[in-house]
Amino acid sequence: MLPNRFANRSRQSAGESLNPACAPVIHIKERNFEMLKKDLILRNPLRLLGTESHEALPAGGFGAVLARAGVGKTALMVQLALNSLLRDQNVLHISLNDPVRKVSLWYEEVFRHIAAQYDDVQIRRLRESILTHRFIMTFQAGGFSVPVLQERLTEFAEQGIFIPRMVLIDGLPFDPSTHAMLLELKELAKSEDFHVWLSVRTHRRKNAAKQDLPAQFLPVADLFEAAIALMPEGNAIHIMALKGGTRDSNQPILLLDPASMLIKKA
Amino acid sequence: MKHDIQKVRNIGISAHIDSGKTTLTERILFYTQRIHAIHDVKGKDGVGATMDSMELEKERGITIASAATFCQWRGHEINIIDTPGHVDFTIEVERSLRVLDGAILVLCAVGGVQSQSVTVDQQMKRYKVPCVAFVNKCDRSGANPRRVISQLREKLGHNAVAMQIPIGLEADFTGVIDLVSMKALYFDGPNGESIRETDIPANLLDQAQLERETLLDAASMFSDELMEAALNEEEIPAEMILSAVRAGTLTRELTPVFVGSAYKNKAVQPLLDGVIELLPCPLDVANEALDPKNDEQRVRLEADDAKPLVALAFKLEDGQYGQLTYVRVYQGSLTKGDTILNVRNGKKVKVGRVVRMHADQMEDIDKICAGYIGALFGVDCASGDTFVAPGTYLTMTSMFVPEPVISLAIVPKDHTAQINMSKALNRFCKEDPTFRTHVDEETHETIIEGMGELHIDVYVERMRREYQAEVATGQPRVAYRETITKKAEFNYTHKKQTGGAGQFGRIAGFMEPVNDADFAFENRITGGAIPTQFIPACEKGFRQCMAKGPMMEYPVTGIRIVIDDGASHSVDSSEMAFQAAARGAFRDAYTKAAPVIHEPIMKVAVETPTEFQGAVMGSLNQRRGIIVGTQEEGPSCAIEAQVPLAEMFGYSTALRSLTQGKAQFTMEFAAYRRVPAAVAEELKKKRAEEKKNVA
Repeated sequence: MLPNRFANRSRQSAGESLNPACAPVIHIKERNFEMLKKDLILRNPLRLLGTESHEALPAGGFGAVLARAGVGKTALMVQLALNSLLRDQNVLHISLNDPVRKVSLWYEEVFRHIAAQYDDVQIRRLRESILTHRFIMTFQAGGFSVPVLQERLTEFAEQGIFIPRMVLIDGLPFDPSTHAMLLELKELAKSEDFHVWLSVRTHRRKNAAKQDLPAQFLPVADLFEAAIALMPEGNAIHIMALKGGTRDSNQPILLLDPASMLIKKA
Repeated sequence: MKHDIQKVRNIGISAHIDSGKTTLTERILFYTQRIHAIHDVKGKDGVGATMDSMELEKERGITIASAATFCQWRGHEINIIDTPGHVDFTIEVERSLRVLDGAILVLCAVGGVQSQSVTVDQQMKRYKVPCVAFVNKCDRSGANPRRVISQLREKLGHNAVAMQIPIGLEADFTGVIDLVSMKALYFDGPNGESIRETDIPANLLDQAQLERETLLDAASMFSDELMEAALNEEEIPAEMILSAVRAGTLTRELTPVFVGSAYKNKAVQPLLDGVIELLPCPLDVANEALDPKNDEQRVRLEADDAKPLVALAFKLEDGQYGQLTYVRVYQGSLTKGDTILNVRNGKKVKVGRVVRMHADQMEDIDKICAGYIGALFGVDCASGDTFVAPGTYLTMTSMFVPEPVISLAIVPKDHTAQINMSKALNRFCKEDPTFRTHVDEETHETIIEGMGELHIDVYVERMRREYQAEVATGQPRVAYRETITKKAEFNYTHKKQTGGAGQFGRIAGFMEPVNDADFAFENRITGGAIPTQFIPACEKGFRQCMAKGPMMEYPVTGIRIVIDDGASHSVDSSEMAFQAAARGAFRDAYTKAAPVIHEPIMKVAVETPTEFQGAVMGSLNQRRGIIVGTQEEGPSCAIEAQVPLAEMFGYSTALRSLTQGKAQFTMEFAAYRRVPAAVAEELKKKRAEEKKNVA
């Protein structure tokens, strides 16, 4: 039988060749399942809000992910979901554009990228363990409304199927009528004890400072406790808190890996 | 055979049960002069009424149910291909739909879009088969073609647009108004064979004009020319409208709707016109083959006779002259006397007789050209095999055949049934690679295996109906598997000394779980601790253990064995000794490697009206299902879930009673996943009991 030290060495070199970026923490493969979860939580972009150990938002709280089309709103939403799923909290992912299959693919994709950096047996276990905490709901355009959501949530609760702690709404158009709807949603979120993240599609703006909130978001900005903006910068995605968060302004800028939407390792 | 491929239509006729598929097919064959008299399904002699259409066809000796019936209409050649009546995710369905270029979706003017229409439509959507709709039975009381069109839009999501409107309805149904030519059509003669064209009755003129506007609106989306002509309020030629509608139909963005009554011999001929004017010819459809040498990459096929042959055997039939193999040629041509290659087994076959099937006879032909359908005699092959010209290596179907997930014991009722049963099983295995059969060594029962409860049910039913084999079936069994979850070491010595030559062999190493293979074996022995000639025996010994796991006797998968040490004896070591040593080593290490049971998990998709959404989700939840998500589309809702196959038995009945029969579900194999501890305990108990009973 091969002596143990050789076994370790061969494993190490395999890890190095797989991903040179994570060479300094190669022993991660030996870490147990819980450590893997923790590491993923640490690398979650929600750290931006200075809340790696607690909920970023209170019950009834709203958070927004702002970005232009194609920058990675959905991928970031999936990362936000993952952050809660890793803590065994139920996440309801509502998509108004994509079918269930496509939303699942987003999760698969993010997992695939994470798996490339970690031990895939652990990742598979992780994927199976979070499946029970996730629920995807999709609506055809115009079919979504707060009363419908309330009806579904009541049904889930009655059947004992699912009680979400976090709700993601991807693809809700922001127009003048949205304010009333969001107010209704906030009430529901408070009474049902969950918080909500929404994606907001922004447009290219000239002469606007990076920190400015986009025009279509301004009328509803008062309802949001947090807002994160994504901006492509070279090979990475620059992530910035426009609202909320307790981050020290001296802390270096956070960059995300555009493939996995995790915080880029130094 | 003529070679104008533009004038070939390979179509299917699909419909909900009892919406008149048989009657319509019968009329089509009559008007195309394939048969010379019309017999009704429910004729006055009472014979038809007591028989279902399948048996009626047999009685009549025509081959409506045969794989492809050939007929001609206005200089075009139409192959009517049988679409499977059953609904399951089997390879057979896929194959049949691939052969079609277009389809007629028959709907009942009274019943509208019924559950089976939904399923059939989904399959067509999956394989992107363009279709025209035919609203049949406009003479029946309660007929309402307009409602059917709106159901096509709402329930099936088709952009349905009327090509005709009926003149009168129910008992007053006398003819149709063609919205393209703006003429009224009446069907005279005893069998409606002579068409009388007149002006539109005054009372229907306004309605006809309105409907024509809708048709032009919809069609103009597919033709700038038509759009311009319509905006300028010019005279629009019929060809322009038809070519725009055709463009929409080919991309499945438009569904032209015809109306009529096949039983009353009304408006079947305009439907046939529609088939040749609106449905695609083989050139309009992109067909792809897979390249097995290149990771099954897709290769585009061209319906060109000069290219190397690629043909698919899509159905087998037992005839009086032996096996008749229906083929569709996708590329190149298939000529009598050619030598062709069966890609599945690499065998070369010489083409003997090539025929074309008619309704009641066959015609010998010299060759089948690209895009055509024909049949071969005396070619031994299985359904789904691809034939190519030697030198080409492409396959029409994926070579990957999934492992069966469910099995069932069958026992023939008597001796005749036993003979018929073996005939039937032999045939089914040839037709469908996902259907398998074997004899259980312990119980001596015949076991059939398949991809789902419905899949197996269909074959048991076919055994009864087509082969008169009465069989009793046992409880369906799930194909569980065993695997290990951690690494374990072994060091086992097999030693026997009972006079004469002894047996000696020692094997050491470890076993560990792997994800990407069922079984892997690695030899790391250096210095000849085990002589090289005995290494294959070691591997064989380990492999033998994979068939029946030591824990529950289910097949073992996902194990890598590494041997790195051992010992042998110059006299007593033999292949047998090392095989035995390997078996012992496997047993030893297996228990230490934390073995678990895996079960097949099915991807279940339920479509239900929204009001039953909660109840359906509850039912899936009860069955250990994980609900992946829900998709709301207007009044209906699709629920996707992952449910263990073991819990899905009898779900169709449960779902029907839960939703007043308004929901339906489909199921396909997704993955193997670990059985929860509590369930595994129960399985162990059950298994122990079964063993006791057998003993």
